[in-house]
Amino acid sequence: MLTEIRFAGFGGQGILLAANIVGRAAAIYEGGYATMTQSYGPEARGGASSAQVLLSDEPILYPYTTHEDILVALSQEAFTRFAPNMKPDGLLLVEEELVRVEGLRGTERMFGIPATRLAEELGKRVVLNIVMVGFFAALSGLGKPESYHQAIAASVPKGLIDLNLKAFEKGYEFGDRAAHRPPSEETAIADLAWHHP
Amino acid sequence: MHADPGAVLTGVHFLNGDQACCEGALAAGARFAAGYPITPSTEIVERFASRAPEVGGVFIQMEDELAASITLQGAVWAGARAFTVTSGPGFSLMMEHLGYAVMTETPCVFVNVMRGGPSTGLPTLPAQGDVMQARWGSHGDYEIIAVCPNSPQECFDLTVRAFNLSERYRVPVMVLMDECVGHMTEKVVIPPAEQIEVQPRRLTAKKPGDYLPYEPEEDLVPALAHAGEGYRYHITGVTHDEAGRLGVNAAAQDKLVRRLCEKVRRASEDLASYELEGPDDADVAVVSYGITSRVAERAVRLAREQGLRVAKLRLLTIWPFADSAIRDLAARVKTIVVPELNLGQLVREVERAAAGQARVIPVSHAGGTVHRPEDILSAILEGVQ
Repeated sequence: MLTEIRFAGFGGQGILLAANIVGRAAAIYEGGYATMTQSYGPEARGGASSAQVLLSDEPILYPYTTHEDILVALSQEAFTRFAPNMKPDGLLLVEEELVRVEGLRGTERMFGIPATRLAEELGKRVVLNIVMVGFFAALSGLGKPESYHQAIAASVPKGLIDLNLKAFEKGYEFGDRAAHRPPSEETAIADLAWHHP
Repeated sequence: MHADPGAVLTGVHFLNGDQACCEGALAAGARFAAGYPITPSTEIVERFASRAPEVGGVFIQMEDELAASITLQGAVWAGARAFTVTSGPGFSLMMEHLGYAVMTETPCVFVNVMRGGPSTGLPTLPAQGDVMQARWGSHGDYEIIAVCPNSPQECFDLTVRAFNLSERYRVPVMVLMDECVGHMTEKVVIPPAEQIEVQPRRLTAKKPGDYLPYEPEEDLVPALAHAGEGYRYHITGVTHDEAGRLGVNAAAQDKLVRRLCEKVRRASEDLASYELEGPDDADVAVVSYGITSRVAERAVRLAREQGLRVAKLRLLTIWPFADSAIRDLAARVKTIVVPELNLGQLVREVERAAAGQARVIPVSHAGGTVHRPEDILSAILEGVQ
């Protein structure tokens, strides 16, 4: 089965590394197939950043997403641009302090996390992308946490592995709690807009 | 001869096509690259510049593509295995020195990660618009070799092959990637060094006094001598005889240029590599290469789900062109569909090789993304009629 995923935000948030870790975990540590492609604007840095990851249990042919099963949005622009292209029952994961969710069809499953703030609590804002990967791992149900641990260890500088693993755990726990919250307490899409009066 | 274990990154990796191409070059023994980095090929030399010091290699960023494409040839004559990487605009500038490598029989590799053109075009988006330029871009008569990967794994594998073929035939070999494959990240398995065959340089066994630098061996390829080893050697782009003396006349031209072409032509059937799959009684065949072959395969599957009998032929080597494979295919199908990310280039070769035995339908695309599988499927459906 093919799962189409997009990570999107702005330059500097570590979008490409987050997507790379998800792909690496699947392709190398889960024994599946993963294809990651990324969108480049003409700019050298800054501006919009977006990466696509396709996961499958068989070789992947078409290299891009058509309609995403999962969208991870870390900026308002990313949400506005890509959310309409999701599958109607897709999973939307947002950085809830950076994204005001509005205009969804209402059939999507949606979860938010203050990834940047959680990363800052760990002492390094730059690991917000890894917090997001943990959140993704918990809510997507794709892959074992150990596979992500290995992918992270293979992807970041040696001295920063522990910090990044902590960031992953933080996001994972947050996602795990959100996933197991009773439906009545589940963050409704309408509620989320609430955080941003 | 096997690859040098010190330079082979044996293991299972998650690499993009550009990075895998660099690792292929290192595994094949490349220790020198000269370039003028250009999107979407930059990651190849970026990685080479960082890996080279670990393996005693050198990367030089030159002032432009003309300089890069001749500097690498100097490195070859000094004994290195060398390559350059570029994309459309730089590839155009390199054409003069590509011809020089053909004429001087300098074994080297040119990597072109194709992007949309003409001119600056689409720096960050894919196309396959340089396939005819790769064949005919430099002036004069010559034969060339070009390989065309469709995944990061093949960027590794076919870059190794490109270096081996350049050393075997003493001809510049092109690796024609595209932006999508170059920037696509997938699993890449790099085997142990002892499982990677590396073609040794064809150095002469003769003594300096007995050696003629352009005297062909049985397969029409002469043996080489490196600078500083005591051999008299005239490296020249002017028409020359076996001793390297200039011969600006019709007889010398005929002898030299025919040999330069013939050494590749007579190996054409060995060089042409392709994958053919599908039923013997197929009505339609899809011929494709590079990234388009993956999209084409999706279209073929959609067609088969509709009960159609469809074969597919994927070219891994596009030059020399797989004439006999296409001829045989054309003899047994009604229609050949040729999708490519240009407005109709390699389809001309397919038409030539098919020689009227089958109808040929191009599926053109100006580049910037890949085909929609449905568009290739429509051509297949049309071809069944």
